Amino acid sequence: MREIRTLIVDDSSVMRKIVERSLRQAGLDTLVVYEAGNGAEGLDLLKSKPVDLILSDINMPAMDGLEFLRQIRAQKLAPGVPVVMITTESSEEHVKQAILAGARGYIRKPFTAEQVKERVLPLVNAA
Amino acid sequence: MAVSLRESVQLVSDPRNLDASVEEVFRLMLGVNCWRVPGPVVLEQESMTAVVGFGGLLSGACVFKSGSSTAIKIAAHMTGMEFSEVDDTVKDGIGELCNMLAGSWKGRVPDLAANCGLSVPAVITGRDYHLHVQAPEFKLDHTYRFDDASFAVTIICDGLQ
Repeated sequence: MREIRTLIVDDSSVMRKIVERSLRQAGLDTLVVYEAGNGAEGLDLLKSKPVDLILSDINMPAMDGLEFLRQIRAQKLAPGVPVVMITTESSEEHVKQAILAGARGYIRKPFTAEQVKERVLPLVNAA
Repeated sequence: MAVSLRESVQLVSDPRNLDASVEEVFRLMLGVNCWRVPGPVVLEQESMTAVVGFGGLLSGACVFKSGSSTAIKIAAHMTGMEFSEVDDTVKDGIGELCNMLAGSWKGRVPDLAANCGLSVPAVITGRDYHLHVQAPEFKLDHTYRFDDASFAVTIICDGLQ
């Protein structure tokens, strides 16, 4: 069974743990998890660690999730790796901005493990 | 056409939106049912307050307040971990809880969701302090219970465009 190397980007360490737990509950029990507290840390990590999946918040200090997404593309980091936003921002405009910036999925906080499974597993299985 | 929330202030300030947001966050992220109760929250000497600001068409804040032992219970439910005291993880958890309460509340009014941003959470711990807001446009101040714990959630609007 292949390892799924996952980057979780959120300024809350508690939320990073909750996201990891939800991924494991969704069936991804061969996770290797990397964590970053904001988009800038996430970019630094991507320069040295290959990943298979990225989950990111939007509202973060230093660099928010949308700029993080734009920079992943601009710097040609993690090509083809699916990015799923996990965020409290729920408006259609935010979803549209995220998709335009390159996100392949969007999960609104608060969320269930089932919602994570529905959004993430198809992306991981397609890779 | 410029969006204005002033004409939908009744919708924005509907207390049922706050109740539904609190119920949703506690059910989905903690796995517990909570319900609104009358009266102010009874706090222990040591308490914790988290604040998330709103900016945009609505300016104000979402404030969560509870005693320390309730905060520990909440963090334990969120993380599956055990805590013997309020540490950085508990504070982080309460800040994130307040973030989700604020986001869930503002998401219930579409114009608000699209035209109002959230600040990063601030968490204050200590004893004998009070939060005072001068002449808010409106204020929702609710107390809730889950298991044998209680907490308060306040939505303060000090400006509405």
